[in-house]
Amino acid sequence: MARTKTENRPKIKMSGKELRRQKFLLVVSFFMVAYGVVFYYWPLTGWLMAFQNYKPKKGLLGSKFVGLDKFKFLFEDDVFIKVIRNTFAMGLINLVTTTIMAVLFAIILNEVRRVWIKKPIQTISYLPHFLSWIVVTGILHTSLSSSGIVNEILLKTGLINQAINFFAHPKYFWAIVAFAQNWKETGWNAIIYLAAITAIDPSLYEAASIDGADRLQKIRYITLPGIKPTFLILLLMNVGNVLNAGFEIQYLLGNGLVQSVSQTIDIYVLKWGISQNDYSLGTAAGLFKSAVSILFIVIANEIAKRYSEQRLF
Amino acid sequence: MIRLTDSRLERGNTIMNETVNKEYKVRKPISDKVFSVIVVVFLAAFVIITLYPVINTVALSFNDGIDAVRGGIHLWPRKFSMKNYKTVMEMQNIWTGAKITVGRTVIATLTSLFANALLAFVVSRKRFLFKSQLSLFWVITMYVNGGMIPVFLLYKNLGLTGTFHVYWIPGMISAFNMLVMRTYMEGIPESLEESAQLDGAGYWTIFKDIISPLCKPMYATVALFIAVWQWNSWFDAMLYNRMKTEYTTLQYELMKLLSSVMQQSGSAENAKNGAATITPITIRAATTIVTMLPIVCLYPFLQRYFITGLTIGGVKE
Repeated sequence: MARTKTENRPKIKMSGKELRRQKFLLVVSFFMVAYGVVFYYWPLTGWLMAFQNYKPKKGLLGSKFVGLDKFKFLFEDDVFIKVIRNTFAMGLINLVTTTIMAVLFAIILNEVRRVWIKKPIQTISYLPHFLSWIVVTGILHTSLSSSGIVNEILLKTGLINQAINFFAHPKYFWAIVAFAQNWKETGWNAIIYLAAITAIDPSLYEAASIDGADRLQKIRYITLPGIKPTFLILLLMNVGNVLNAGFEIQYLLGNGLVQSVSQTIDIYVLKWGISQNDYSLGTAAGLFKSAVSILFIVIANEIAKRYSEQRLF
Repeated sequence: MIRLTDSRLERGNTIMNETVNKEYKVRKPISDKVFSVIVVVFLAAFVIITLYPVINTVALSFNDGIDAVRGGIHLWPRKFSMKNYKTVMEMQNIWTGAKITVGRTVIATLTSLFANALLAFVVSRKRFLFKSQLSLFWVITMYVNGGMIPVFLLYKNLGLTGTFHVYWIPGMISAFNMLVMRTYMEGIPESLEESAQLDGAGYWTIFKDIISPLCKPMYATVALFIAVWQWNSWFDAMLYNRMKTEYTTLQYELMKLLSSVMQQSGSAENAKNGAATITPITIRAATTIVTMLPIVCLYPFLQRYFITGLTIGGVKE
């Protein structure tokens, strides 16, 4: 979200008259801030738990302070190191592949001139976005099962002699997650790129045609530069979300055999914090995730500021 | 290159352009024909990959359960049967889940839409003294949050866990939706507000009678976002209401049906002798169709709204 220009207008001074005039706005603001404090800011005090040996009975103030012990435990835990790797790897793979697919789909769909073909394809492309991850993983499970369509095709074409149990081998897991992510969101993510392409001045294409440019050249020299600002701003917004990209699908598709590649930070937090009741350890892992996410956003924002006009803040 | 042709275009009149275009059509480069083939193949593959699993699920849901174990059902049921849907309809927890899901979707959409709209209205008033401070207060929440454990403990302390209210109270205001609405409201001419104020209208009247009617398309968009989110949620039901079967949701019930199967595929031993204990694939398919049907039927008619919503939220803001 780029910063919008603030307009030059006479500044309204705070005065008793003005406050009375804005009574309604102030009252609403008061309730909104109260709500925000309770549901968004108050939980931040819970970060203290990461530095304590938190016991629910003793509360936040009575629990023993242990400094960085919980973090030390985390980083000495091989499982957590793997968890960080998994979260980061899947987040990055998803970010890169979904961006490429969305751009590719938008550009190719834009090449279709007949509306009666284009519209239905677009409508179909949104469909998976509206399905829950439960439905998507269920469908995926049916398709990839030993009697599912994927194994059937592979067997019939002679690429394999025996059905593959895709969910039992760690080497397939990240690819399955990436595929699911792309299957679900490509059409949806392409909406913004399609809008950006529509905003490109059509006379540029006409001019290029006269110059003898073919369609590929037009895409390369007109469409791609045209969607570059949108591309950058979305990339910026998504970089901060890289670590957030991993929960539902990994949780739903993961099983004992692929645990070493399927567990993400959020799953780790859930496992330690909620199931094992070690609130402090869970919070420490969550705090680590938040800190890294914020760091990513700041870095991405700095890079963007340096190399282009786009930025978040 | 582009600048040069621009000037050429300016020189030429419309008739000339038409002849040029015609000429161009005749000698289309071969690369364009190859490209057309690529476009067709790509889009055909895209449509097939998107639709096949969904149609396959529909076909399975209408197929006889024992017959389906043989495999080989693709786009059409082999042995037609309505029994799966009958079985699903007889499951008591599916009905409870449906009731709660519909309830939370309706209540949360209405309350959340109202709260976000009101906040966006306040924040978008140019005269408002704390406009930027209030904005910042909410933007921060998009980037910094307490995380799963502190939030869980908060809901527990507030007595929200184990109740229906945990579905609609905590997420009522979302900074993202609020910002989308704010951007839209800022585009409405200020003169409307000023003239209403001259007529003695207060801010509530302005919000209710002047701004809101103009924001209907945006309200529809945000309502759709909230409704889809609510309909598809399952994690909150699992985390906060696991023990309260009376507050289960449709998606959570489906998850329970599916997860037993997913755990099984993880171990070869179970896969061999499993089939008997797990829910038949056809019942799972029928439940899946039941949970997704309302949204799948609805979304094609709301396309116009979510496209404008996304474009305003993502590009302009």
